[in-house]
Amino acid sequence: MDHLDQLEAQSIYIFREAFARLKKIALLWSLGKDSNVMIWLARKAFFGRLPFPALHVDTGKKFPEMYRFRDHYGKEWELDLRVEPCPPIDAVDPTLPPAARSAARKTEGLKMALAKSGFDGLIAGIRRDEEATRAKERVFSPRGLEGNWDVRDQPPEFWDHFNASPPQGAHLRIHPILHWTEADIWAYTKRENIPIIPLYLSQNGKRYRSLGDQDITNPVNSTASTIDEILIELEQTKVPERAGRALDHETEDAFERLRVAGYL
Amino acid sequence: MNMIVTSASPATPNGTTRPQVRIVIVGHVDHGKSTLVGRLLHETGSLPDGKLEMLKAVSARRGMPFEWSFLLDALQTERDQGITIDTTQIRFRTNSRDIVLIDAPGHAEFLRNMITGASQADGAVLIIDALEGVRDQTRRHGYLLHLLGVKQVAIVVNKMDRVDFAAERFKAISDEISAHLQGLGVTPTAVIPISARDGDGVAERTDRISWYRGPTVVEALDRLEPARPLEALALRLPVQAIYKFDDRRIVAGRIESGSLVAGDEIVIMPAGKIARIKSVESWPVTPVAGRQGAGRSVGITLDRELFVERGDIIAHASAAPRETRRLRARIFWLHDKPLAKGDQLLVRCGPKESRATVVAIEKAVDPGELSSVENKAIGRNHVGEIDISLSHPIATDPYTENPRTGRLVIEVSGRIAGGGLVLSVDAGQRAEPVDIVPVESALRLDERSARYRHNGAVVWLTGLPASGKSTLAKALERRLFTNGGSPILLDGDTVRAGLNSDLGFSAADRSENIRRLAEVATHLARNGHIAIVAAVSPAREDRATARRIADTAFREIHVATPAEVCEERDPKGHYKKARAGALASFTGIGNDYEKPEAAELVIDTATRSVADATDAIEQMLKSTGVLFDEVVDLAANI
Repeated sequence: MDHLDQLEAQSIYIFREAFARLKKIALLWSLGKDSNVMIWLARKAFFGRLPFPALHVDTGKKFPEMYRFRDHYGKEWELDLRVEPCPPIDAVDPTLPPAARSAARKTEGLKMALAKSGFDGLIAGIRRDEEATRAKERVFSPRGLEGNWDVRDQPPEFWDHFNASPPQGAHLRIHPILHWTEADIWAYTKRENIPIIPLYLSQNGKRYRSLGDQDITNPVNSTASTIDEILIELEQTKVPERAGRALDHETEDAFERLRVAGYL
Repeated sequence: MNMIVTSASPATPNGTTRPQVRIVIVGHVDHGKSTLVGRLLHETGSLPDGKLEMLKAVSARRGMPFEWSFLLDALQTERDQGITIDTTQIRFRTNSRDIVLIDAPGHAEFLRNMITGASQADGAVLIIDALEGVRDQTRRHGYLLHLLGVKQVAIVVNKMDRVDFAAERFKAISDEISAHLQGLGVTPTAVIPISARDGDGVAERTDRISWYRGPTVVEALDRLEPARPLEALALRLPVQAIYKFDDRRIVAGRIESGSLVAGDEIVIMPAGKIARIKSVESWPVTPVAGRQGAGRSVGITLDRELFVERGDIIAHASAAPRETRRLRARIFWLHDKPLAKGDQLLVRCGPKESRATVVAIEKAVDPGELSSVENKAIGRNHVGEIDISLSHPIATDPYTENPRTGRLVIEVSGRIAGGGLVLSVDAGQRAEPVDIVPVESALRLDERSARYRHNGAVVWLTGLPASGKSTLAKALERRLFTNGGSPILLDGDTVRAGLNSDLGFSAADRSENIRRLAEVATHLARNGHIAIVAAVSPAREDRATARRIADTAFREIHVATPAEVCEERDPKGHYKKARAGALASFTGIGNDYEKPEAAELVIDTATRSVADATDAIEQMLKSTGVLFDEVVDLAANI
């Protein structure tokens, strides 16, 4: 078994545990490279199908390429696609910095989807290597009744035993690719020939490393126009993956505040 | 805050793979773990551009001197408290290894995070402050590494600058911790003097530690070996789920050890059913040919329709795991409320879960304390050995035979509260669970009772050694026989010489001894005999088990002769030997005899003659419907 085989097997194990131990789960599909890998892994775990809904919490401000991708592959992969709109910006905590406040609409949209559908588990494609607060996550991560994350009181998690009993009314976040890196995602995408949104590849000396809302996501300087070139670029770069995400850089703790409140 | 570079993946496009090892840094709070991590990232060129400058600027803005540990203390909450509170995973490279570094915290409150981190590690760095020396957390973490099975441990003696790089101080600490770890069966791979703050010993042997000849921290990490392959062990495929998405019935799970291929004959434990693997299913291409090894998440179909459920273990018939309702485990406890005997729990062994009762607790200690005082209960962050009785049979292995299936976690109120290693399983309970058809006796119970003038019963005499149990048992046996009955004596010592000769005097063996006595006695009682059991049987829980087995036939007699009298009698010389320290695990001189709370009869042989006591027993057996008193009663039973 090579490195990617090991990652894949571990993720499949997590998917099957989530499906076996929780009552009603959904996968959060952000349309980005990570959640596409996640859908692929879920189909491996369940022999070709996604036996639960794919939830797109839609800010309405994604790139047109992303919406085209969603509509095309939602059909081709036979997903039970649920699109959940987000509330307007006025409904969001005004003390957050502008980009974080904009991103927090997604948290509100998520809460609405939870309230409506009563999911007890949401599968999210975050990775430990993306960002320092995400590094502290558990694979099965309990959320409070308000969807909030209590980083100071996380249950122990070891030997692939997960805490899967959220209190009544609360939910779990499940992170099947927590242990993957950005380079792993690309290497696996290439090996498995998983479709991607072309915005990740360089055009006119720029490409997106991470895709979010159009107005708060910027491309990075890059000439990598194939996945192989992306992998070589990642070998050398010291620019962090989320450098193009405005909300990460407004204040030291903006992202942490978002996550404690229930952001992904 | 982005501080992790992603350059360390072995999945490089040119196809080179470097061994990846996961390490954890543990040790007492404030001994410098985070500082060492910050320094390691810097020395190995793993920091993103501008990170160091940014943090220095933040420190200046806050009016604090820059600390290397700020690199990791990225969370607001951490900076507020000044301690690292959780495991973060960071990657960097040495010459020949990709290192995934798990920064485990040292604060006592956060042991569960240390365990979460260390359970994923191939190796560990145990850090000790040169000034403070070995502390309770140092010892506790050392013990837990041992318990979690982390064998490669490098010791780092940090803050050497605070002791003027004194070789003598280093040697003293090195000797102390090496002795402690070796006592646990862990040999340190290196003991390294460093100053994480200044950089000595981290990537370079500086002049200030010129007396040191061993590897630097980076060199020590470079020598770590990745996890041992599990493929050589016997096949264990714990079943996660059975999927019927289409006309296939797929049994899904991850191969924990060994390997399988279509055509293999397998056994499904604990039921013990046999089948053959028809195919190995996959997606997008299916079925897949070839052998599938440990670590793979697979789906298989079988050649026949069998009842398989989540938690079963699929193995090769020639090397199946043991099926048990009873096991002994060495555990660490993380819950606020101490774990005590009699506690009800949920035990998870892979995907299998079972409710369980703690039958006995031994060796409950705080691994941080030097003088390990044994406790009755296992406190938070403490360790101990427990015997568990399971409400459902499970299939498992001792961890020495299989590190993957030989471990378990314990849940309390839906939250993981502890974990541990399976030391031994009691496989004697149902060795061949399939196809057992008990043969009933040709005689009816009333035929026997008409002849013996009594019903079947288990008369259980419990009490201290030399309290008079055997004497009373023999007198009762004679009395019943004289009256035409069918008494059979089961003396604890006599049965130990034969049927139970494989058992010792540990809590687990004592429990098993009692269980077997109870099973045999119950069999006799069901066939109309009066089984007279004379056994110390000090544990209340064990006697409760015997009562459960014998059910309504059980009559408990507490031979409550005072301890002083028993010791004075000492017909077998056991008390004398025990006082001299020559008889371990002897019940009588300690406080380990648990008196019955609701015995059918209590007899003090210090104040009663044997004949008098036998009368009392006979009377009790009459009043509780075992012996038939009068002809009328006999008639009623025919």
